[in-house]
Amino acid sequence: MPEREIMEYDVIVVGAGPAGLAGAIRLKQLKPDLTVAVIEKAAEVGAQILSGAVIEPAPLDELLPGWREAPPPVCLPVSKDELWFLTPSRRYRLPTPPQQKNHGNFIVSLGALCSWLAPQAEALGVDIFPGFAASAILYTAAGAVGGVIIGDMGVGRDGQPKDTYLPGIEIHAGLTILAEGCRGHLSKQLISKFGLDRDAQPQTYGIGMKELWRVQPGKSSPGLVQHTVGWPLDPSIYGGSFIYHMDKDRIAVGFVTGLDYADPEFSPFEAFQQMKHHPMIRDLLEGGEILSAGARAIVEGGYQAVPKTEVPGAILIGDAAGLLNVPKVKGTHQAMRSGMLAAEHFAENGSAQGFDARLRSSAVMRELHRVRNIRPAFYKGLWRGFITAALETITLGKLPRTFALHADDKSLRKIDGYNPPDRHWVERTMQPRDRLASVYFAATVHEEDQPVHLQILQPDICTTRCITEFDNPCTRFCPANVYEMVEGENGKRLQINSANCVHCKTCDIKDPYQIINWVTPEGGSGPNYQNL
Amino acid sequence: MKILVGIKRVVDYNVRVRVLPNGSGMDTEGVKMSINPFDEIALEQALRIKEAGQATEVIVVSCGGDECQQQLRTGLAMGADRAIQIKTDAPLQALSLAQALLKVVEREQPGLVILGKQAIDGDNNQTGQMLAALWNRPQATFVSRMKLQGETATVTREIDAGLETIDVDLPAVITVDLRLNEPRFVKLPDIMKAKRKPLDVLSIEELGVAVEGNLKIVKFAPPPQRQKGIMVESAGQLVQELKNRGLL
Amino acid sequence: MSRTLIVAEHDGHSLNLSTAKCLSCALAIGGDIDIVVLGQDVATVSQQAAALAGVQKVIAVDAAHLAQPLAVNWAPEIISLAASYSHLLGPSTTLGKDLMPRVAALAGVGQLSDVMEVLGTHSFRRPIYAGNAIIDVVAAENTQVVMTVRIASWHAAAEGGSAVIEQRPATGSAASHTRYVGIESAGGERPDLQSAARVVSGGRALGSAENFQLIYRLADKLGAGVGASRAAVDAGYVPNDMQVGQTGKIISPDLYLAFGISGAIQHVTGIKDAGTIVAVNKDGEAPIFEVADIGMVGDLFTIIPELERLL
Repeated sequence: MPEREIMEYDVIVVGAGPAGLAGAIRLKQLKPDLTVAVIEKAAEVGAQILSGAVIEPAPLDELLPGWREAPPPVCLPVSKDELWFLTPSRRYRLPTPPQQKNHGNFIVSLGALCSWLAPQAEALGVDIFPGFAASAILYTAAGAVGGVIIGDMGVGRDGQPKDTYLPGIEIHAGLTILAEGCRGHLSKQLISKFGLDRDAQPQTYGIGMKELWRVQPGKSSPGLVQHTVGWPLDPSIYGGSFIYHMDKDRIAVGFVTGLDYADPEFSPFEAFQQMKHHPMIRDLLEGGEILSAGARAIVEGGYQAVPKTEVPGAILIGDAAGLLNVPKVKGTHQAMRSGMLAAEHFAENGSAQGFDARLRSSAVMRELHRVRNIRPAFYKGLWRGFITAALETITLGKLPRTFALHADDKSLRKIDGYNPPDRHWVERTMQPRDRLASVYFAATVHEEDQPVHLQILQPDICTTRCITEFDNPCTRFCPANVYEMVEGENGKRLQINSANCVHCKTCDIKDPYQIINWVTPEGGSGPNYQNL
Repeated sequence: MKILVGIKRVVDYNVRVRVLPNGSGMDTEGVKMSINPFDEIALEQALRIKEAGQATEVIVVSCGGDECQQQLRTGLAMGADRAIQIKTDAPLQALSLAQALLKVVEREQPGLVILGKQAIDGDNNQTGQMLAALWNRPQATFVSRMKLQGETATVTREIDAGLETIDVDLPAVITVDLRLNEPRFVKLPDIMKAKRKPLDVLSIEELGVAVEGNLKIVKFAPPPQRQKGIMVESAGQLVQELKNRGLL
Repeated sequence: MSRTLIVAEHDGHSLNLSTAKCLSCALAIGGDIDIVVLGQDVATVSQQAAALAGVQKVIAVDAAHLAQPLAVNWAPEIISLAASYSHLLGPSTTLGKDLMPRVAALAGVGQLSDVMEVLGTHSFRRPIYAGNAIIDVVAAENTQVVMTVRIASWHAAAEGGSAVIEQRPATGSAASHTRYVGIESAGGERPDLQSAARVVSGGRALGSAENFQLIYRLADKLGAGVGASRAAVDAGYVPNDMQVGQTGKIISPDLYLAFGISGAIQHVTGIKDAGTIVAVNKDGEAPIFEVADIGMVGDLFTIIPELERLL
């Protein structure tokens, strides 16, 4: 064990996303004397966050009442909502569900929003440290969470220290707020160690992929928000696209798929690229260029899957706690509200104790409760999902029933005897050519000489069981081409291109054997998103 | 002895920059900014010299708007003792920058000025040489190895013909190449300490340096796309084709 | 009318090709063109310079302290000749990059680096951001233009000239504060990937570290540096410092040969400034063929040995 330096704070926040930054700001607003630090694994705040994003402004109004006078750099009021059902060549307008009505909401870049929030937190005295990854949780002698350990820097691929070796420090804090986003590396450990999900349904996820385009002048209608369902997915797969029209001839286009899909040969990335070839979207993008691209897993379990959100010394907030509202396709307002709630709780009580109850009786959970049956209704396919969703919406979720959730890693069918449906996919012509080309637009970078941050716990499974049972789905569900089966001297072997990784966490979630463990690479590694 | 290290705020090495559609400049909205990587090597070298007991103070200097204070603070967190911002919002040409640096040199009287060989945005590779000329002192560019002995630096320069060694008497200007060293990581507690280190701001007007130069950028354009060439059928044809093009 | 002075680069015996390339650039500017040869015993080199077509006059400045191209000694000599010239040109080699900014600063003007195209007597085109953008730069009409000429962008001017050679004494003396010690030439060893004029690269299709010997052998035959794609590095065939591309080295050799490299955009980013790209790949659909000047579909394991034989 290296001798580690120690820094002490009253509160340490892991993750400079909307939840963590809102929490940090609120803490300093309520108790300016508290010492608060935020650590962020991305080299810069906002560089590894990815969202649509259309946000509800209410929590921002509450947190920073004057924000509209100096708004974030990418921020347009939504002027119009559209929902379309796509077939391979046509489209049909659907009524916009009430949850998706966006009057009064704003199209933003969540990355830009966070890098706009960060200096405001700093102005209040919050210390923000981008480029430092929290690699482990620090426990006190009594077994409570006592802070975090920052990952070592300058360790070689072989695990040995290099010339530049710098042992990570310990950050001791009275309260650790985990705001890592979906499937957080430390959150996952904490949930498992304390059995926080004991009374919850299994958490479920989706994968979201996004590209920011600069289109030909005149093609973007700033403020227009479009969503699509249907093609290129078949009705058994939950998902759809978003097309957000922005200023400066920019359009954000993205695609979300539930990770509970059963088809082992399905590739979410390919589905996204197919969707761009629908005439409706192709017409918008053709002649334009990609500015930035990325992917991130999304937490979809909702109300039923929210784990207990406190342990002695620590609190889970935002997507790390699973607070995203799927029917609204929004998590930012929930993230910010939960961050502020955590701040208020700690400011009043000086400990984590009682936070979970407070969260569960708050507007955050009330909102999730109302829509709790909508996402699981789509287990029965798109159309039955719509009907149930309508029913649940009309009744404001008051029907006395709560649907169960299925874990995503259990949903894949074995390839034996399985035939994927014909989804009428087309020959692709638009950028990017493949996942490698897409990763280029994520500007993802990992120092080559460092331990592989994607740990395969039982590597023989890949080449013995998985190859025959599931045809190595990691080679398809990863949107960044990290996993490849290549011919080796003794048959096929798994090649891990860890430097391509965009930190989306899909592999950690969807792997049917749960043998892929995503750990934090050297701080500052990973994607460098621009305005995603 | 004091060492003065110049650092420039540039678009991060890992970011792909784009030309704005109207050709008026580069699109830097929302992009990550960093210390020019060559300047980071320069600073690392200065810190090592100080740690070896051959210098007493390392001063980082940057020229630009207040946003460059972020990079100066990073330099302080790496270990520099204090920082100077030469404040200007005008984009400076290398000559004006060298003139401004000379004014700082005259104030601080450093024994060494260490700079990156070039900035990765403008790719000029000029400032160090110009400063040395104006200062009338030795210059050692493309330095990949250096040793200080008394009032002399023995440096190895990575030039096209190989590795050239020259001796320069101090004070001198050194511009560094990639292989000189590997810069250290910043320690988290040092980021906090850096906030308390002195950072002086000098306006370029106050230094009496004209910001206008004789060169003006009138247009930015993306590089031309490479075109698909010819296909050959055999190794023989390939060799012949290379010979035809004067490449063999 | 323009009057251009080109600073000759040489090793004491022969004129470096970069001088003839500077001449092409000077011819594009137009007007009278002189070449200055600084050094010791420069008669041979001066004759070579005089034989370049389009040169009016070669000025030979012969002095012991100019034997090595130390910028501190060369720059004042150029300045002493500069008054009657509108343009001062040097190559974008390490010599020119070391020297010309010092000249410009002494002349009190800015300098243009890596000029790739001449748009007018005072208007030029050059790359910035490692070639990710091209800018047009205009120099004020009444000021002297000092520049380095981007060697990779210009062909060498032809021979066939017979310029007069004028001897001039050196005006300065050796700077005492800068002393030349010596040079280890890069000869013998394989040239450095970053600065090599020719580079041979291999991809994952090589299949193993042992097979990469094929690439090394061909490179040695060509006097080339050796590079690799990221896939080959990730597969463990070669160390990371050989990686060419976005996360490796950005290079611009005159000739780049890619074997078994698919040509992912990350790789192509690293070679987009190369003079001529040759690609050999089994897969005719590989994206590398979209940027290759000369492509060949086939098995590298048969093609490389054949090439070795033919070279």
